[in-house]
Order: sequence, then C-alpha cells, then structure tokens
Amino acid sequence: MSDFEPKIVAFFCNWCTYGAADLAGVSRLEYPPNFRVVRLPCTGRLNPKFIMEAFKRGADGVWVSGCHPGDCHYIAGNYHARRKFILLHQLLESIGVEPDRLRFSWISSAEANKFQAIARDVVEHVKACGPNLAFRKEELKLGLAEVA
Amino acid sequence: MASSKIVGAVLVAGGGVAGMQAALDLANAGYYVYLVEKSLAIGGRMSQLDKTFPTNDCSMCIISPKLVEVGRHINIELLTLTDILSVTGSEGDFTVAVRKNPRFIDMSKCIACGECTKKCPRKVGNEYNELLDNRKAIYVQYAQAVPLKYGIDPKECLKLTKGKCGSCQKVCPADAVNYDDKPQDVTFKVGSVILAPGFAPFKPSDFETYRYSDAKDVITALEFERYLGATGPTMGQVVRPSDGHHPTKMAFLQCVGSRDVNRADNGYCSSVCCMYAIKEALIAKEHAGGKLDVTIFFMDVRTFGKDFERYYEKAKAAGIKFVRSRVHTVKPEPKAGVKISYVTDGGAVGEEFFDLAVLSHGLVITPETKALSESLGVKCDGYNFAQTTTFAPVALSRPGFYACGVYTGPKDIPTSVMEASAAAAAASSKLAPARSTLTKVINFPAPVDVTGEPPRVGIFVCRCGINIASVIDVEKVVEFAKTLPFVEYAAVTMFACSQDSQEKLVSLIKEHRLNRIVVSACSPRTHEPLFQETLAAAGLNKYLYEMANIRNHDSWVHANNPAEATRKAMDMTEMAVAKAALLVPLKENVIDVDPTALVIGGGVAGLNVALTLSDQGFKSVVVEKADKLGGNANRIKTTAKGEDVGKYLEALKAKIEADPNVSVALGAEVGQVEGYVGNFVTTLTTGETVKHGVTVIATGAKEHKPEDYLYGRHPNVVTQLELDELLKAGDRKVEAAKTFVFVQCVGSREPGRLYCSKVCCTHTVHAAVELKKSKPDARIFVLYRDIRTYGQKEDLYKEARGLGVIFIRYDLDSKPQFAAAGDGLSVKVHDPVSGRHLLINPDLAVLAAAIVSCRETELGMKFKVPLDEDGWFFEAHQKLRPVDFATDGMFLAGIAHYPKPMDEVVAQAQAAAARAVTVLTQPRMTVGGIVAEINQSKCSGCGVCVAVCPFSAISLDDKGKSVVNEAMCKGCGNCASSCRSDAPSLRGFTNAGLFAQIASAL
Repeated sequence: MSDFEPKIVAFFCNWCTYGAADLAGVSRLEYPPNFRVVRLPCTGRLNPKFIMEAFKRGADGVWVSGCHPGDCHYIAGNYHARRKFILLHQLLESIGVEPDRLRFSWISSAEANKFQAIARDVVEHVKACGPNLAFRKEELKLGLAEVA
Repeated sequence: MASSKIVGAVLVAGGGVAGMQAALDLANAGYYVYLVEKSLAIGGRMSQLDKTFPTNDCSMCIISPKLVEVGRHINIELLTLTDILSVTGSEGDFTVAVRKNPRFIDMSKCIACGECTKKCPRKVGNEYNELLDNRKAIYVQYAQAVPLKYGIDPKECLKLTKGKCGSCQKVCPADAVNYDDKPQDVTFKVGSVILAPGFAPFKPSDFETYRYSDAKDVITALEFERYLGATGPTMGQVVRPSDGHHPTKMAFLQCVGSRDVNRADNGYCSSVCCMYAIKEALIAKEHAGGKLDVTIFFMDVRTFGKDFERYYEKAKAAGIKFVRSRVHTVKPEPKAGVKISYVTDGGAVGEEFFDLAVLSHGLVITPETKALSESLGVKCDGYNFAQTTTFAPVALSRPGFYACGVYTGPKDIPTSVMEASAAAAAASSKLAPARSTLTKVINFPAPVDVTGEPPRVGIFVCRCGINIASVIDVEKVVEFAKTLPFVEYAAVTMFACSQDSQEKLVSLIKEHRLNRIVVSACSPRTHEPLFQETLAAAGLNKYLYEMANIRNHDSWVHANNPAEATRKAMDMTEMAVAKAALLVPLKENVIDVDPTALVIGGGVAGLNVALTLSDQGFKSVVVEKADKLGGNANRIKTTAKGEDVGKYLEALKAKIEADPNVSVALGAEVGQVEGYVGNFVTTLTTGETVKHGVTVIATGAKEHKPEDYLYGRHPNVVTQLELDELLKAGDRKVEAAKTFVFVQCVGSREPGRLYCSKVCCTHTVHAAVELKKSKPDARIFVLYRDIRTYGQKEDLYKEARGLGVIFIRYDLDSKPQFAAAGDGLSVKVHDPVSGRHLLINPDLAVLAAAIVSCRETELGMKFKVPLDEDGWFFEAHQKLRPVDFATDGMFLAGIAHYPKPMDEVVAQAQAAAARAVTVLTQPRMTVGGIVAEINQSKCSGCGVCVAVCPFSAISLDDKGKSVVNEAMCKGCGNCASSCRSDAPSLRGFTNAGLFAQIASAL
C-alpha cells in the first residue's frame, strides 16, 4: 500500500482556505501534491452532490475547507456547509465509505502552517483507507453482474 | 480663487510605490495626473525587493498589478526620464516646466524583444542589481518594468560617446532606435503638486570600521536582497561574494548610517532596517534549508508595526541570534569571510568569524532631491527630509505642495502607501470644483457577442520568471493543453501579468478569435481583475476567464517533486479549460451611489475623515458613542513635535460644527445595517436612519489598565495618559515631584499581547524632555526593553539623554519590582550595564500602558469586516491596501487598525477619505456579474433560498416564486446548493461548470 498515491478533490472557499493555500505557496510550505482544488466563493456553495460526484468519478478522498466559524465572508455560509456536511458524512458512513475519506476543516487565510499540517494529515488518512473502490464504476458493474 | 482658474490636474513627482498610489487615487477620483519619473521605469525601490515584511509577500507579485494599472490608466500621463525644471504659480493654478531626457528609443515602436541588448557590446554595472552584475548600454531597468521599453544609457553607449558601433540600430526589427533623440522641454498646468522622490540607501563606503570598500564579504542589505531575489545576480542563490560558496554563518550589523552622528551625520532611525534584517535573515535561512546560522547585532530592536513583534518572535524561534551590541571592528580574513569584534551591553567582549557580514544601511535623501527641495522652495529638516506637521502630515511648507513616502522621513511601504492616499486627498482638497474637467473616460470596445459560438479557448501558461518554470515543465503543460477540447491556442509566457504580455493577450484574442481565456499562472485572488480588464480591452466579456493557480498551489509548494508538480499543473489547466468552456458572458448592471459617508468614531481619525470628505463636497455622518467628540486625544497634552493637542482639538471641533457637510450623532452607536457599497442603510441606536454609500470605521482603541506595578493600589503610580491629564491640569503632585520613573512596555510585547504599542517610547521620551526642561533638577529614570523612537523621533531620545534622563534596560523575565515604602514608592531594577540592582524611590511612577483594541466583533459582523487575533480591524492587504477592507465600500482609519501616533492617524484618516472618494465620486457603479439567478420554471416557492440567503437578497414575488436582487447578492451560492430542485444557479460557478471541473480533476 505504500506506493498508493491517493487522488483527492479539495473544495476551498475563496476567502479563507484558498487564501491559506496561496499563503502556503508564498511561504514555500511543502505538502503532498495529491490535491486538485476546486475554488468556490464559499463552502456554502458546496452542494453535497459535488462530493458524491467526486467519489463516483474515482476520488480517493475529498477535503472541504472554509472559514472559521464567525469568519465567513458571507456571514454564515460555512455553517450551512457544516450542516449539509454532517448529514452527508453520516450517509456515506452508512453506505460503507470510510469516514476518513472525507474531511472538513476551518482554515483562515492567514493560517498557512495549519493548511500545510492538515493537508499532510488528510493525505495520510486517505492513504490509510487505500484506493476508493466502493464507488468505482467497474466495481459497481461487477456487483450488478454478480447480482444478476 | 475663482473656480474657472482651478486646474483639475496634479503633478506627482516620483514613480515609486508612494507616487504610484497617489497617482491612482487621484486619477480614480476624477483628476488628471502627470506622473514624472526620472529613471526609465516606475516601480522605485520596492521593485528591487525580494519579499516584503511581515507577510513575506513576494514584492514583485504585489507591485506588478499596480505597475500595470498605472501604466494603462487613461488618466495618468507617465513621463519617464523626466526632470522637473520649475513650478510657478499658486495652489489651484501652477505651471510646471519639465525636461524629458532622450531615451533614444521610439517608445511607440519598441516591442521590447531584446534583440538590441543581445547585440550591444557595452557592459555596464546593473543598478537594479546594485551593481552585482552587468547590464548593457541599451537596456530595460528590470524584467517587469513599466513602461516595458528599452532605453540607451548616453554615458555608456559607444555610438553616442564615440560615434562607433550602432549595432542596436542595425538589429532592431522595429526601427525604434534613434541616436538623434534630443531633450524636450515641455510645460503643463496643474492645480497642485505631490512630491514623492523617495530615498537612496546609505552608502557605507566611507566607514572604515565596516570595511565595506575593501572587504568582499561585507555587503549592504540591499545587495543581499538582490542575492535573495529570483531575478537577482545569482537567481536567488545566497553566496559569499569572495568565493561563491554558500555561507553557513552570517551577521547583520544594524544602524549603519542611522542613529549615528559621529560618522554619518544621520541622527535619525531609518525605521525599516530592523524589520528588513529579520526578513532577510528568515528568508536566507529558508534558502539554506536550515544550514545557516544568523546573528543580528543591534542596539534596539524596533519592531513597532502591525504584526512586527510576532515576526521578531518568529525569528527568535527560528534560531536567529540577536546580540545587543554596536560592532566596533570588522576585519576581513585572509581567504574569505570576516572577523567581527564586539562588546555586549554587559561589557563582555566577543570575537566571531562570519562568512558574510550584511550592513543594514539606512535611508537617506539624495543630493538631487535636496536640490529639488531647494529649487521648489520646500523647507526641509536638518537631515534634508521635507518638513511637515503632526496635524497636516502630508502638507509641505509651500502652499499647494504635498508629499508622501520617505521624502518626509524614513518609513515602510504601508505607511508610504497610506500617506500617498492622504496626499491625494490633500492635494485635491482645493481642486474639487475642477474634478472631472480634464479626465478622459475609458471606452472599452463593446463586447463581441459570443453567445452560441462554439468555445475557442486560449491558454497562457506563465513561467513567472523562474517561479513556475524552475519546477514545472511549462512546455509540457502547453503541449498537453493543445490536446484539450475547444483549445485553439496555447503558449508559454515569461510574466503573464507584465504590460507587454497583456498587450499581446489582446492581439492574440483578436487574431485567433478566442472567446474563452485560461491563464495558468498565480492566484485569481490577486490577478484575476487584471486579466479580466485585459479581456474587456480586447472586446471580450470579462467573465469568460478562468485561472489555474500553478504557482502558489503548485510550483511553490512542490519544488522537490517536479514530475508530480507538472502533472498537477496539467490537471489544473484541464480543470480550468473544462470550466471555461462552459462559461457564458455575464451582464453587469448599474446602481446609484449615495454620496454620503458614515464615519464610525468621532476621534481625531473620524473627524479628519469627515473634513477631508467635505473638502471634496461629500457629506458625512459621524457616529460617536461618547457624549463628546475627540476620543483619546482629549487626554493628550502635546504631540512629540510640541504642538498643543487641546488647541488643535478645539479648532477641529469648531470646523466640524461649522461644516454644513458634516453632521454628528453623539451618544450613538450602530444598530442595524443593511445594504451594500453605494447603498448602505444604517439605523443608529438613537433611532436615526442614515443612508450612505461608504463606511469608514474609526472606532479607536483604549489605554490598558495595568495589573502590575501597584497601579490602582498606590496613588503615585499613573499611566501615560493620566500623566498628561495631570500635566494639563497643573496638578500639584507632578509639580512637587523630584524623581520620576517611567516604565515602558506595560502590557505590550508580552505573551497574550504580542505587539508593540508603537507610541509609548516617544510619548515617554517627550514627557521626560519636557519635565527635564521645566525642572532641570528632576531625576528621571526610564525603564525600557527597547527604545523605539523611530524615524526623526530619535532626536528626542538623543535630547533626553543629553539632558540627563537615565535609561535602564530590563528584560521580560526581570521586570522592575515595585513596593510601597511608607507613603512613597520603591522601585528595584536590575541594571545590565553595571550588573547590579538599583533602588529608586520615585515621587511619581508613570506606566507606559499598552494600547488595547476595543475588539468590535459585533460591529465587524454587521459590516462584514474581519478583526485579527489582537482585535484590530484587519485591512484588505497589509502592504498595499492599508486603509481598505476586503469588503467593497468599507474603509479603516486610526488606531482601530493598530496603535499609531497622531500624525499617522491624521494621514490614515485622509487616506481613508481619499479611498472613499474613489467610490463616492462615481454617480453610479456597476453590480451584477457573479450573482445568483433563479430558474423560475423549477421554483416551487418553498422559500429555502430566502431562508439561507445571508444578505436578504432573495424574496418571493407575487407569483410565489423566488427573485434575486442583484445589488444585494454577494455571490456566495448558498441558495444554489440548498435548493431541492436546482432552481437557483450562481453565475460563474454553475453546477455544470463545477461538475466539469470535478470530472477533469480525476
């Protein structure tokens, strides 16, 4: 499993975590290159379908990160995101997706070091889960074939 | 002054960051600007910096958009290689005579291809790299220069000096070289003048002590900065000049040419050297991957600005050694390196070898600037800095003349930028009747309608010099991009943000009929507006644009993994293309702007904001929660320059009262806030409703109530402001006192309050000088950690010592001990010089209590503006947007931002007003773009979107379907992600676009 390099889709809000990632760059803080970032104006824009889509397309992990509670550029978008996120997390767990594949965090635009630490941590946890097979289309087909 | 004679134009002399900001603020407020620069290009000293403290932002990255904005501004006329000959006339109507020196290059023809430089045989020391490498006699000042046009150095060119050569003319494909170019004298009219000629770094050549002239491994800090820079002589490699080896041990020597009247005649503190030394030390350590020891030899560490003290702590934590000592001998070693001998303040003698010694040289006014001041009749101080007063900090002695930047005293970039905006406000204060009389209007070409056309995507992959290209294989990214669907054009560019690249982008859009643009470069947070404007200039709707951040999120963080970094850059580019192909043109609408400001806080800052706005003809409502105006200034006796604050405040209040444009609500606070830039509606706690287009937060701060030093438990212990009040009242306790103890840093620079309160050292030293003058027999002791009398305030410190004030340093872990002794006090303090404990029995002890924030979290929430961890309001950008908030229409002034002395408060207030004017001056502004829209055929009228919208921008119409108010929608997308039937959609971030991005990420 040590060679396994997970693909992780990250959803960052423009104002806080995307800014932290920018600052991590300015500060040259290295972290693993496993993320592909989708920039959102706010985590409140995050439709749970986006996370499902990422898993369905073969993402091994998803990381959603926005502003700290109280810091949302749009006042409360991150709270709305959190509500949706908790429900989705429970749903995924109940259908057999390891909870560690999905991470939610608050990182302000000044917290480059925290960004680096969590980025490393997310990769480590997703690595430990191994490749995401539950959602892969071929696996799904195989399952159906067996059923049929 | 008849309004018909007022000229609506301003001369700004100096194209550094201060001059550029002043020019932009004026041009955006309706004044035509002549920006005169004596060199080939604008950018000034900031363009030479690698990084800026305390955020370590890349200097070129943050200044570059401003360079481009100035270069392309329709109301800024840039005159390079130009000297000012004379300015005649009076405020409102000056005639300026300038000489445009020959460039020998026709700027309209030069395409900056660089063929001339390649062929030029004449090598000359490169000033941009502090002569550490060479340029040619035909050259551009630096790679990102604006205007990006070559020029010939007439003193060095073989053709011009000896009549030989002529290669550049032969190879120039554009026929731009003209050896017969002559100086041209021109005159033009302006209403006022801003001088921003900047500084030169002090040259330590004459200092035998430091051996700068003969020891190779002794260099200046600006030279070191160039070594650190990616565009420097070693492409960012830190080397020892004598043999090119990487140093493992280096030293910084502070105060070279500053705080030194023995050898340099510069008694002042240069204000920025402590911070830039720490910055260079931190970055050098980073470059060396931990294999570098750094020692900084200093007298006082002066980290007095916002977030500076944390930077200092970070440096200590990173292992940088700070030694309190003025180095007395630097001796070059036979092969390489130097031996440094020093004595610490405890008397210990040290001698150490270093590979490299960096001299932290100060800022000085050049002889040319001195001559300019004299010829223009501007009064200067003994150090040749232009004179100003506390209450008019950017006004010069000659009426109609204003200043910003280091011209009036040593200062850092944010303070210079703040002053630049202030100077713009002051310089236009008498010109309001002529506003918009000389300015031109930008007419973007009507956007081409691309609706229905298949996407034709153009991709530009930026090298960012070596920032991206040294890690990512940009050619491979381009080749890959060419294979993506809808891609018509893909190419590599050196600096996508530079003016020539922008112009090229416009022509490529037209040439290839591109209708979607993707730039794989840096962050959209910093560069998207610039590229969007370029799209508009090319006749393309600016929303047909997407960025892939392959620098900040890739090359800078995966430098050790080029293969994966390249793969990531390809994926990121693919994601951007996938989204771009689905973008549609977005419409912007126009709304009215209410030309009124709400100013929260009626202290010196707030009142100056209101008066400055009134000069421009705009109304303000000042909200003050106390029952009188003036704030903390009511308690202060005199300024450090000796001006009477009480008298000033009375005059200020009288002006406010007489000003028909200013109304004041006392005993009032902000209640409810609705609306947005241009159209705020704020209800005050008094019930009054204010409609306003902008908001300025100037809520101030307060003096900390000390817990230590028997404060509140002993009658003879007071704070600084209490001392001022006692002095104002002529109190007998102070009159009778013979021995005074001042304690500095009471509550500042401590865990939990890790910042310097900035004003206390100067306040104490000023008070000590005044006390000593009025009673020469008084014994005055100042117990301090570092004396931080920055800038010309250092003269006060020198005066205090000359008058016999005793300064005793203490450390955080050995604070002075206070005890009651009968009716009196006894203070025990360890003196590091004698190594003994001293016992003082003061009649009065004065505590320099910290300035603490009011932590206005609730107010911040109401206006959607953030606070930092110390509770100071957090500006949009610490370096270049010091008085703006990230939220449109919101501005900041005074000590609600961070502690600062009154001259800086007034400057910041004028600056906030200048920035506010750039909004208020537009009768209408555009809204829309990235906002939500509702597909009413999908809407069931359930109201979820109405409930989740944080801005009350959605309501149900009379048919029970949702509608969006575009002016109130901020584009968060909560509605779009919450609706069960996908009726709302966020323009620019549609489900389809985001799904496409996700799909191509995997």
